[in-house]
Amino acid sequence: MKRIAPWLLAGTLALGASLSHAVTLRVSDLGDVQSMDPHSLNESLQLSFTGNVYEPLIERGKDMSLTPALATKWTQTSPTVWRFDLRQGVKFHDGTAFTADDVIFTFKRAAGDGSDMKGYTNPIKDVRKVGEFAVEIETTAPYPILPDTLTTLAMMSKKWCEENKAERPVDRRKGIENTASFKSNGTGPFRLKERQPSVRTVLVKNFNWWGKSESNLDEVVFTPIGNDATRVAALLSGETDLMEPVPLQDVERIKSAGLNVLQGPELRTIFLGMDQKRDELLFSSVKGKNPFKDVRVRRAFYEAIDEETIKARVMRGAALPTGLMVGAAVRGFQADMNKRLPYDTDGAKKLLADAGYPNGFEVGMNCPNDRYVNDAAICQAVAASLARIGVKVNLMTETKVTYFPKILRRDTSFYLLGWTPSTVDSHDTLQSIMATPNDKGQGQFNLGAYSNPKFDELVLKIQSETDQKKRNEMIREAFKIHQDDVGHIPLHQQALAWAYGKNVTLTQLPNNYMFFKWMTLKSK
Amino acid sequence: MQKIRRKSPTRPGFCARPAHAIRFAFHLGPMFAFVIRRLVQAVLVMLTVAFIAFMLFQYVGDPVTNILGQDATPQQRLQLRRDLGLDSPFPVQFAQFVGNAVRGEFGLSLRQGRKVSSLIAERLPATLELTLLAAVIALAIGIPMGVYAALKRGSFVSQALMTISLVGVSLPTFLIGILLILVFAVTLKWLPSFGRGEVVSFGPWTTGMTSIDGWRHLVLPAITLAIFQLTLIMRLVRSEMLEVLRADYIKFARARGLPDRVVYFRHALKNTLVPVMTITGLQIGGLIAFAIITETVFQWPGMGLLFIQAVQFADIPVMAAYLCLIALIFVAINLVVDLLYFAVDPRLRVERAAGAH
Repeated sequence: MKRIAPWLLAGTLALGASLSHAVTLRVSDLGDVQSMDPHSLNESLQLSFTGNVYEPLIERGKDMSLTPALATKWTQTSPTVWRFDLRQGVKFHDGTAFTADDVIFTFKRAAGDGSDMKGYTNPIKDVRKVGEFAVEIETTAPYPILPDTLTTLAMMSKKWCEENKAERPVDRRKGIENTASFKSNGTGPFRLKERQPSVRTVLVKNFNWWGKSESNLDEVVFTPIGNDATRVAALLSGETDLMEPVPLQDVERIKSAGLNVLQGPELRTIFLGMDQKRDELLFSSVKGKNPFKDVRVRRAFYEAIDEETIKARVMRGAALPTGLMVGAAVRGFQADMNKRLPYDTDGAKKLLADAGYPNGFEVGMNCPNDRYVNDAAICQAVAASLARIGVKVNLMTETKVTYFPKILRRDTSFYLLGWTPSTVDSHDTLQSIMATPNDKGQGQFNLGAYSNPKFDELVLKIQSETDQKKRNEMIREAFKIHQDDVGHIPLHQQALAWAYGKNVTLTQLPNNYMFFKWMTLKSK
Repeated sequence: MQKIRRKSPTRPGFCARPAHAIRFAFHLGPMFAFVIRRLVQAVLVMLTVAFIAFMLFQYVGDPVTNILGQDATPQQRLQLRRDLGLDSPFPVQFAQFVGNAVRGEFGLSLRQGRKVSSLIAERLPATLELTLLAAVIALAIGIPMGVYAALKRGSFVSQALMTISLVGVSLPTFLIGILLILVFAVTLKWLPSFGRGEVVSFGPWTTGMTSIDGWRHLVLPAITLAIFQLTLIMRLVRSEMLEVLRADYIKFARARGLPDRVVYFRHALKNTLVPVMTITGLQIGGLIAFAIITETVFQWPGMGLLFIQAVQFADIPVMAAYLCLIALIFVAINLVVDLLYFAVDPRLRVERAAGAH
């Protein structure tokens, strides 16, 4: 040991010396950012990380409200036309000025081949330049949530993309690599300094940023650590300053080691769906009819599930039971309606008997085991709950790469899913999860095909209603219809969990975005 | 060849005679044929591996939902599946893959959008460095421990070594890794718990062996990976040595009045090492292929980690390339071991020679 000590000490000293002049935050995450291109993948880690380098026209503040970023002002000049005044004097990291041409280029890029942002650009008909620092966006129909949509669309430099042959996001189909995947040139508070996929990605402070930074960070080193135990160990040993997600079983341990754990409800709502379309379920002992078509059966399932126990045992308290299909931070959330049906095994048994199943029945259930927090365990708890009312659940859990293709083919009778409305507006959930499926993408994740014409009518109206008060009333009505029908069974919002040293201050957003501009690191 | 031959362990009665050298020259012919035969076999093995791998890919899931995310339309999904060739029947996909692979072209990673060949080239040095160090540790500690346990059979220390080695053989790698992290990284804070640390690149090759930081990062994963091999080699050397010590030529050597040192290390140990060499060769292939677990625990940026990430995403091009590469490594190592065997064990040469004449 004596022989090791001197060079170990020397190493530590050298490390200390190199750190003394720069404030470096070391972050680890379960996964790696797949690409540096902000348009290539519509995934939260990807958008969160590149959101430190690239910026949208409008961003979300600490309370998720819309805040001016590269646009200083936006006004609706007609039901389908919006005018955006751009921030002047903004420079990309390479020094070129940000202008209306870059905005027009960005929209074209995001709508083109290889882009994963088409979902956001689909409602947009045209983007026009109305001055060096102003653009007009025309939508195909009135689209009140355009500003929300724009928060996920990062602005890129026309000149840089053209010079680097990155006019389009990388197209995996054509087999051609793309500079924007490894390099970046945004307007954000941090610049990309080093990129080693799956190893480390280093950001450094952008001294020419237009905004006023709250952060004292000079450098951020981002390292993916896939193994939960190792990620926790790296934090405990002081090799990283901040990590997410925290495995639920380690929360207490990390706290007792004198570190912070910040848990907040995530936007994502976890729920169960039931096949209400087929005349006979694919996986059930009931033949010739579909028990889920009867609202009494759906209600019985709902009342039989012991969500409080799931919260306490499976989620170790890190869940917020919900009665609505959207969480509190989402626009259109109705606080007074966020109540679950009572947990009532006897009532559920009676409902089942009334529906003609006094002895229950058998049903197959599909569940992912690596997508949501403790997803497979939640399903096991649900199966145990249902056993108490005589329903035998044949549970099939599998990895997300086989699970999603299967349930998207609707090869399921009863399933678990989680949903985050990417626009942070209820309409997204109403349309994707709850509306009747059609071939235009509506109800694409309504995998049990819950359907109510009155509900669908409301969803269409909500999409283009610009009066916020009227719109909110309609959202309320839609949720009410869905609750009365027990279209789905909402379970809970899972919690986000970040762990970090006492010397770090930060802000956590419910969409799990990690913005370094809101973080500071005090030297120990 | 001459050099290897002179160094080769010899048993009494087969000690180097000039006649051997002459006979050995005749062997290059058959040996050449042998190598060619093995290469042809290698191609068959690789084709079989690729074929089985591709059959499995039908069941690992669909990358399309991962690539497109939740907001894509059904049409976009269908289009992407078609563009990626995922909707064509299995034999067609396989034929396309082999056609491209022959040209060294494995396409783009679906997960990262980068060339599979460059991803693997980037990860290979990390895995090889880790594996080789683990092999060196296993040999450098395992052989002396085995010899000691054999010579001092029954002593307290060798009993203790044998007991400890049982633990090493039976504890799963991930547990050893986590325990080492707990002790040396979290509690003692002596060594880092993850990653490769500082690396220096020499052309396409990167190494952590030139800096203290790199070495500090290497220690725990290398030990974790080495422990199983180390105990295996130790137990193997011990039992082989015990057997050799009972052989007649050892008794003759003792009768000739040779000192113990010469008997043990010149005659006994050298002959013990022949099977050890075979096992070690095979195990190095295993080390490379099964470094997966160690790499996952230590977030070691090698090929195993790349493979695990690919499986989780159903990143078919990366999985296919990795499996083919591992098959190639196994085949190559086996070939080298066979050739070494050929060179080291004089009996093989004589028998072959007799057959050839």
